[in-house]
Amino acid sequence: MSTETTQAAAATFAHAAAAERSALALLEVRGLTAQYGPTKVLHGIDFAVGAGGITTVLGANGAGKTTLLRAVCNMIRTGGEVRLAGERIDGLATEAIVRRGVGHVPDGRGTFMNLTVEENLRVGAHARKDRAEIGVDCERMYTYFPRLKERRRQQAGTLSGGEQQMLAVSRALMLRPRLLLLDEPSFGLAPLIVQQLFEILKAINQAERIGMLLVEQNAAMALALADHAYLLETGRVVMSGSAQAIRSDEQVRRSYLGY
Amino acid sequence: MNQLLHQVLSGLATGGIYASVALALVMIYQATHLVNFAQGEMAMFATYIAWALMQVGVPYWWAFAITVAGAFVVGVAVERIIVRPVENSPILALVIVFIALLVIFNSVAGWIFTYTIKPFPSPFPAEPLFGNRFMSSHEIGSMAITLIVLLLLFAFFRFTPLGLAMRAAAQNPVSSRLVGIRVGWMLALGWGLAAAIGAIAGIMVAPTVFLEPNMMGGILLYAFAGALLGGIDSPSGAVLGGFIVGVLENVVGVYVGSELKLTFALVVIVGVLVVKPSGLFGKVHVVRV
Repeated sequence: MSTETTQAAAATFAHAAAAERSALALLEVRGLTAQYGPTKVLHGIDFAVGAGGITTVLGANGAGKTTLLRAVCNMIRTGGEVRLAGERIDGLATEAIVRRGVGHVPDGRGTFMNLTVEENLRVGAHARKDRAEIGVDCERMYTYFPRLKERRRQQAGTLSGGEQQMLAVSRALMLRPRLLLLDEPSFGLAPLIVQQLFEILKAINQAERIGMLLVEQNAAMALALADHAYLLETGRVVMSGSAQAIRSDEQVRRSYLGY
Repeated sequence: MNQLLHQVLSGLATGGIYASVALALVMIYQATHLVNFAQGEMAMFATYIAWALMQVGVPYWWAFAITVAGAFVVGVAVERIIVRPVENSPILALVIVFIALLVIFNSVAGWIFTYTIKPFPSPFPAEPLFGNRFMSSHEIGSMAITLIVLLLLFAFFRFTPLGLAMRAAAQNPVSSRLVGIRVGWMLALGWGLAAAIGAIAGIMVAPTVFLEPNMMGGILLYAFAGALLGGIDSPSGAVLGGFIVGVLENVVGVYVGSELKLTFALVVIVGVLVVKPSGLFGKVHVVRV
């Protein structure tokens, strides 16, 4: 018994970092592929989001960033393994994946234009059972984003782009997710608002221990927020590592950070 | 003057029927951008079920309740079994499916119950209520029922989480899935509700138009005119449009000639489509290409 155990322990020790990461991983993805019709967009991607961590996926337009998020919640034809806290979720219907605690701030914000701001928030809590807590959470979103409170009775279609982005983040948080998928939350926002939004995301991540998978074109902001980063090029991961390591990489600095 | 008042009031009573059917049409249109041409025939069939239940001795309000519940189930089943498998087909194929449904319900009703016109009872007293000279008690009663149904629906969609989820699913199915809404079931539920509303409208209008397989044909046309007038994507617009068409139809019938009543509905449909396709309360849709 003792030799086997020792060997196993040694093996575990040898892969300490990897083993620890996967044991703690909230989201673990292996060999993820995705296609639109006959066109393959993702060619076998491996990545992970640590529990309570923020992982960012960087890449140029058309690299497959949005597709990657869609593939995680099975909105398109996909292959590969997706595990949420160790449980397989690939192959489940999108709404079933969401019900397991995966919030999604989609590409284009996904605003329910004809519902009021408050109705948008309430609809975000649709999958929850604790009806009594929903009002409390609405108020919590209003403390994060006071602008939404001012406009709570307004039709969401009348909001500005930035306000709709705040609404999209709040709506996803109303699910009380374990994992939040964010598709270019900085898109179309003024720099100052992007700054505020990322500060709030950081605060939410720290206060509520929600894991986040952030897809961004704004590499500087994303790398400042995230603890881990992947670089995507035409559907393949070409580089990965701690956000700090990626940030100091010469190649990344020139191509994505622009200095 | 009394004559006009009388016509307006009884127009409101039939307008309530049109408003209900118009609302049923709009509920399905909003979710699927399709007009359910079989809406009227489904209501007619439900009315026959109510009639058959009463024939075997079921009391009126029990027959009413059983029929409405049954219509709901049939509506859900039609969506799940017939509409769901073809939902991604070209629009023309879908229109054919709806017309086929119309013909099937119509001819099956004729086959089971024959085309003989049958009287249908009213639950309301024969003598006018409150001694008024303007409306029969059936008109007042059916209008009251219609208004109650409309208010209940309004409260359901406005104040319940399920109603909110149904509105969300109709507006933005992709986003709805991303908050965990089972969009397919919401559509089926919409069909069920629309069928239930139709059944109530059928039961309420049957004492006036009498029971026969083609009883809802004209009503569907008026309802469609009402829905278009109010705006095919606006539920409250459709309800208001239904009432307006009911009143105008009655007034036209008396002051212009009852032969032109149905023509009037068609004039409204064509007129709205030509002058203001979005209707009085609908939104103008701009599609980016």
